[in-house]
Amino acid sequence: MKMTDTTIIGAGQSGLSMSHALSQRSIDHLVLDRGEIGNSWRTQRWDSLRMLTPNWANGLAGAPYSGSDPDGYMTASEFVLQLEAYASRNTSQVLRRSAVHKVTHTNGGFLVESESGSISSRTVVIATGATACSSIPGAANYLPSSVFQITPDRYRRPSDLPPGGVLVVGASASGVQLARELRLAGHDVILAAGSHVRLPRRYRGMDIEHWLEVTGTLDQTSHDIFEQNRARKLVSAQLMGGTENVDLNALQSLGISVVGRLADIRDGNALFSGGLANLAASADLKMHRFLDLVDGWIAENDVEMPQPDRPGETSLPIVPTLSLPLDNGPIRTVVWATGFVPDFSFLDLPVFNRRGRLIHDGGVCQLPGLYVLGLPFLRRRRSSQISGAAHDAAELAQHIETHLRTRTAA
Amino acid sequence: MTQQTSNHVDNGVDLPAILEARTALEATPEAAQFTWRASCEWIEGVHSRSTIEGFYGLGEEQSRSQTFTLDADHPPQFAATDDGATPVEIVLCGLASCLAAGIATVAQNRGIQLHSVKAYVEGDMDLSGILGIDADVRNGFDSIRVSFKIEADASPDEIAALVAQSQKRSAVFDIITNPSAVHVTVE
Repeated sequence: MKMTDTTIIGAGQSGLSMSHALSQRSIDHLVLDRGEIGNSWRTQRWDSLRMLTPNWANGLAGAPYSGSDPDGYMTASEFVLQLEAYASRNTSQVLRRSAVHKVTHTNGGFLVESESGSISSRTVVIATGATACSSIPGAANYLPSSVFQITPDRYRRPSDLPPGGVLVVGASASGVQLARELRLAGHDVILAAGSHVRLPRRYRGMDIEHWLEVTGTLDQTSHDIFEQNRARKLVSAQLMGGTENVDLNALQSLGISVVGRLADIRDGNALFSGGLANLAASADLKMHRFLDLVDGWIAENDVEMPQPDRPGETSLPIVPTLSLPLDNGPIRTVVWATGFVPDFSFLDLPVFNRRGRLIHDGGVCQLPGLYVLGLPFLRRRRSSQISGAAHDAAELAQHIETHLRTRTAA
Repeated sequence: MTQQTSNHVDNGVDLPAILEARTALEATPEAAQFTWRASCEWIEGVHSRSTIEGFYGLGEEQSRSQTFTLDADHPPQFAATDDGATPVEIVLCGLASCLAAGIATVAQNRGIQLHSVKAYVEGDMDLSGILGIDADVRNGFDSIRVSFKIEADASPDEIAALVAQSQKRSAVFDIITNPSAVHVTVE
């Protein structure tokens, strides 16, 4: 049996950042991945996907972006190449095709049972990500079988879909991008939008990521936030890598129809909430609150910037569509862009709450020696971004070192 | 966004008690399961009287300090006795009251002093539905408008945010905007 101080499960940006941080502290460790490095970036992303953040924001721990296009948005496969290169420089020990079946607690730490055999490990870092499984609403059970259904992690390109209308359910980053791509490919598209986060791609001459960065918004910690649980559930902003806006106004100008949240499917009809106008008004208010913060920052720092170019109010049909026949109707495909959930089913450990969610405080689990990385708002707003991995890994590595030293002393 | 509760703000909402209850119910989800009830007895014609007494919640039957009754009837234009509001008007009242309660609570939580909150609520209905004239017309409202006039120590944006948040957390707004399963049985 292999023995090590720390086993990192997952070789994506989080796991590799943690490996880097542990190497800096000379902590013996192994990195396991069920597939290849950056596996979900390779196998669970559509062809045209570009990173939501500009290249300059996608540096890894100890390796800021050094390419020739800092303001561009690399594709998912370019990001995989970046991860590969990073791993070859920083991590010697990646056990590929080593899916972890089970993690149990032992006297001295943990037993990690994997495709590559068992590992006795004093600490474990779960870095399998927040998007392991698509989360599909129960209404999907009532979708007529004649309608093709797909989730963003399986979708690759418009030709995957049968001809005809598409209902995209969910208006976070994935939903709005897929709605746009499918509309541009010639499909009639209806987008069902629930609670959503609206941001313009650019504001006052800069990418929105720049403003999130300089105003300190990305560095808000989970302790700064009153509603921590709500922040952790916040959906991704309506953005895509590139210069285009993908808010509800932009999508409607492409000919996409916008309806309310899919409330249910009943008797072959999709039923949509009549409450979209309020959610759109809320999203507009929150967007303006952030842009107010940006204007304030610009005034306070006395920097020369173009005048405010605020996006207009979200406009919606006066008479919303509340239902749509799915049985032999115009809709031939439903895309469930209804979010993702992590998969921690391999943890045979008492670390979940009654709803089955992993309990942690800033990535430190209830069982000493167990850590998690790469979840939304793990330690700060930045945690869900590529650049968050470096920060979170560095801080948790320190925690791990202290833990190992304390246990050794005892 | 931090929670701000100024000591000078008093909308008559016992915020500490609400936040305490919230914390308690987060820890014991069973206690958060409530069942609301009303009974209704037909009187004559289209006049009926509903009675509201206890409810179930916090893990047990709850009683209240008094029994409420609510008469529903229809106006003379419906050849009725006009001994109460119509059921659909009662629904509109439920929506407006729920939003008003939400506005007061959210305002208290955000440290905003309210001076007056008035809601004007309208629902449009094509009677061809309930009268069975046109099968394509729905029975219920095809559109509902709620207009608020709010005086408060807050900016227009803060007031807009109050109204938005009250809709987000309103039971009746949800009941009206989203479908619910309704089971009707006969004993």
